[in-house]
Amino acid sequence: MATLKKTSKPLTVNPLKSSAFMGAALAYLGIDRTIPLLHSAQGCSAFAKVFFVRHFREPIPLQTTAMDHVATVMSADENLVEALALLCGKQKPALIGVATSGLAETQGADVARVIKSFRAQYPQYAETRVVWASTPDFRGGFEQGFAEALYCLIDQLVPEKAFSTVEREAARNLNLLCPAWMTPGDQEALAEMVEAFGLNPVLLPDLSASLDGHLGTARLNPVSQGGVSVAEIENMGSALATLVFGRSLRAVGDLLAVRSGVPSIQLDQCLGLNATDQLLMTLAVLSGQPVPKQFTRQRQQLQDALLDSHFMLTGAKVAVAAEPDHLGQLAGLLNEVGAVPVSAVCPSQPAWLAELPLTQITVGDLQDWEDEANAAGAELLMTNSHGAAVAARLKVPLLRVGFPQYDWLGGFQRVWLGYRGARQAFFDMGNLWTEHHEHAIEPAPYVSRFRNDIHAEPGAGEKDHEHTPCLCQ
Amino acid sequence: MNARDLTALMTEPACEHQHAAKPKAGCSRPKPGATAGGCTFDGAQIALLPVSDAAHIVHGPIGCAGSSWDNRGARTTGPGLYRYGLTTDLSEQDIIMGRGEKRLFLGIKQAIERFHPKAVFVYATCVTALIGDDLSAICQAAEEKFGLPVVPVDCAGFYGSKNLGNRIAGETLLKHVIGTREPDPVPAGVHNINLIGEFNIAGELWHVMPLFDELGLRVLSTLAGDSRFAELQTMHRGEANMLVCSKALQNVARKLQERHGTPWFEGSFYGVRDMGQSLRDFARLLNDADLTARTEALIAREEAKLDEALAPYRAILTGKKAVLYTGGVKSWSIVSALQDLGIEVVATGTKKSTEADKARIRELMGDEAHMIEEGTPSELVGLVDQYQADILIAGGRNLYTGLKARIPFLDVNQEREFAFAGYTGMVTLAQRLVNATTSPIWPLVRSAAPWEA
Repeated sequence: MATLKKTSKPLTVNPLKSSAFMGAALAYLGIDRTIPLLHSAQGCSAFAKVFFVRHFREPIPLQTTAMDHVATVMSADENLVEALALLCGKQKPALIGVATSGLAETQGADVARVIKSFRAQYPQYAETRVVWASTPDFRGGFEQGFAEALYCLIDQLVPEKAFSTVEREAARNLNLLCPAWMTPGDQEALAEMVEAFGLNPVLLPDLSASLDGHLGTARLNPVSQGGVSVAEIENMGSALATLVFGRSLRAVGDLLAVRSGVPSIQLDQCLGLNATDQLLMTLAVLSGQPVPKQFTRQRQQLQDALLDSHFMLTGAKVAVAAEPDHLGQLAGLLNEVGAVPVSAVCPSQPAWLAELPLTQITVGDLQDWEDEANAAGAELLMTNSHGAAVAARLKVPLLRVGFPQYDWLGGFQRVWLGYRGARQAFFDMGNLWTEHHEHAIEPAPYVSRFRNDIHAEPGAGEKDHEHTPCLCQ
Repeated sequence: MNARDLTALMTEPACEHQHAAKPKAGCSRPKPGATAGGCTFDGAQIALLPVSDAAHIVHGPIGCAGSSWDNRGARTTGPGLYRYGLTTDLSEQDIIMGRGEKRLFLGIKQAIERFHPKAVFVYATCVTALIGDDLSAICQAAEEKFGLPVVPVDCAGFYGSKNLGNRIAGETLLKHVIGTREPDPVPAGVHNINLIGEFNIAGELWHVMPLFDELGLRVLSTLAGDSRFAELQTMHRGEANMLVCSKALQNVARKLQERHGTPWFEGSFYGVRDMGQSLRDFARLLNDADLTARTEALIAREEAKLDEALAPYRAILTGKKAVLYTGGVKSWSIVSALQDLGIEVVATGTKKSTEADKARIRELMGDEAHMIEEGTPSELVGLVDQYQADILIAGGRNLYTGLKARIPFLDVNQEREFAFAGYTGMVTLAQRLVNATTSPIWPLVRSAAPWEA
């Protein structure tokens, strides 16, 4: 149980938080041939687009209802209808995922009614499904918006239908509810694990098929280029079970269970050795198959990595800032190797926040995090690319996690899950720590007061052979 | 090196190994098929490399420098030239055609022009010694041509052990470097001292140096952690010398005493007792009543401060058992440091220890002290099991012995990352011991996969 600390300052400085509707947009992007549509002024989608383009280095299909001042005051319903009709007509997407902005919600948009009237008005576009989620940027943050979109996808796409055990056994499908912190790389690794047990993974959303950074054959990308299909989502009720990864998607798993009777298995902690043990045992039980040999080997490799890295990481002071569930996942990793989270900051406060495996959590911004890291003498920082400036100021290395990673290649494909993901994480943390160690750790270089004569001598061509500058600076 | 000089070095009279059963035997020969540890070249290079404003050129094929450059934890406040790997990297043709000497001369020129070092050390290696390259002549020619000290270090690997290499390094300094420059005048009330064999591993000299500054002891040279060539040149002006945890360099201490009458003692900066004792020994040898009083005050103050800082660690460490396996002086100096933390040392290594070292072990651990003469991996692991020890403390070579057996491990040798010397170093040592023994990884790495349990 963590104690929660909230800052009472009026200004958020260097926000860690990003908007719920961006989280929703990301969730939609994991569905095949989809366009996320923000019910918003045009800037919301422009910012969101840049955010994702820089992170994934991919074109991002994302549209807006482009509310102007008249629509804002009078009604933006027509904007939404017009946008839906235009996108359907032009791109013929399988799905349009609508996410509302703070502007639309403040105005009081009744999106469900508008979608209904769009359906009535344009029966020719019935093939395109439309799902909407209420994700104003004044409620929650990225992770919650993402979860909200998944909830709405289940709610609006999965029919109320019970399946028999025989039907479930026959399909051998396994639903995987993937939270916002899971990278396309994680999802790929997860699907491979599930397949190794002879089960068919159905990922919601499936970013590993859309935003994994592949060069496809299409020359234009107006809709998402891959992902879980609408039909697969509609059929999720027939699965053997649903694995719910992390705490942020609990309600989504519950809804699916209620809707179609799929047993829902909640996996709160997903990263690290214990979590992977638990995941594999769950898969073994569900599939009735033994755990494949390669995992025994990978587990031994992780054990060895723990031994090798504990010299650096046990007792290492780490400052982490991330979305709430992501923070908990990273804390779990740190705990396994005995690293000490001297600062744990997240931008919002879901109901389960105090359950995270931390002693104290600050609900705040990157300034709070910087101050805490500085005060505690953090030796390693973990957050998104905005932490780079903090790392430079504090002269402490940064391991990039979460969104956005705009100054870094390949953050989206990094694997954190499984024994291998944990192993790589411990190696990288240990390496960063070591790189920093020589420059910052006690004892600091000391020059005797009797020694001035030596130092006054002309330097021995020092320009040529100074210490290699610290890469973390 | 001629046979007589070599024998003289191997039968160092101040070395207590000589007073054992066979007085003329000298350093023991390595045993083919059962030898661990570095060669003479390794030892000589280790001793001199921390001279940070010198260029260190290894004259030989790539085997010698290629795998050993920049691999030590010695830190410096000065130029980083010592971390550059410089070697003549001789080829087969160089050796057959006898081009090595020319190559070396040009190599010295290159190093001087590029790096502007204060001096150059040139290390002989097996091949160049065997084919008879005249290191002294080349160094002398280079010295005359380029106008700065170029010091030949005759340290072919086949001469013998790493210890011998240390000693050759000392001998080289005595012959070519020490006494070639006078130090600045000593300020009033300040004494000149030398540390011999303090390598500033992980920066631990910097834990101790502030204490010397406070006491008014000017350290002329450390031989050679964080040192400069010009400092080594002034070592003959020391009023008292301390041989730091190093039998190997006692030829330097002994000859400085013979030539300049400088008294010396052997001490250690590890542990509360030894740290205090070393400061007291300086005061005693310098025979200065005021210094003695100030030393006692400093020790009392530091020990009180340390006691407080260590309390939380002692609470965790008291009653824990350790198997210690390290050579020579460290076999007892670390014992006392561990005991100061409340740890019970159940066994200690005595591989390179002298009879006097062993006597000190008995003094510390009792007559029943378990001494490990040859610590094979299986013996070390067996001892940990036998005594139910909580941690294995040894050099990096045994690191994986401990880890693969899932035994907590602390590295106390030269490759270590942490500075354990002095009063502040004790806190670091305590921290590392607590981290090692209480890390949450132990249950994880000992756990079987749940599908196999």
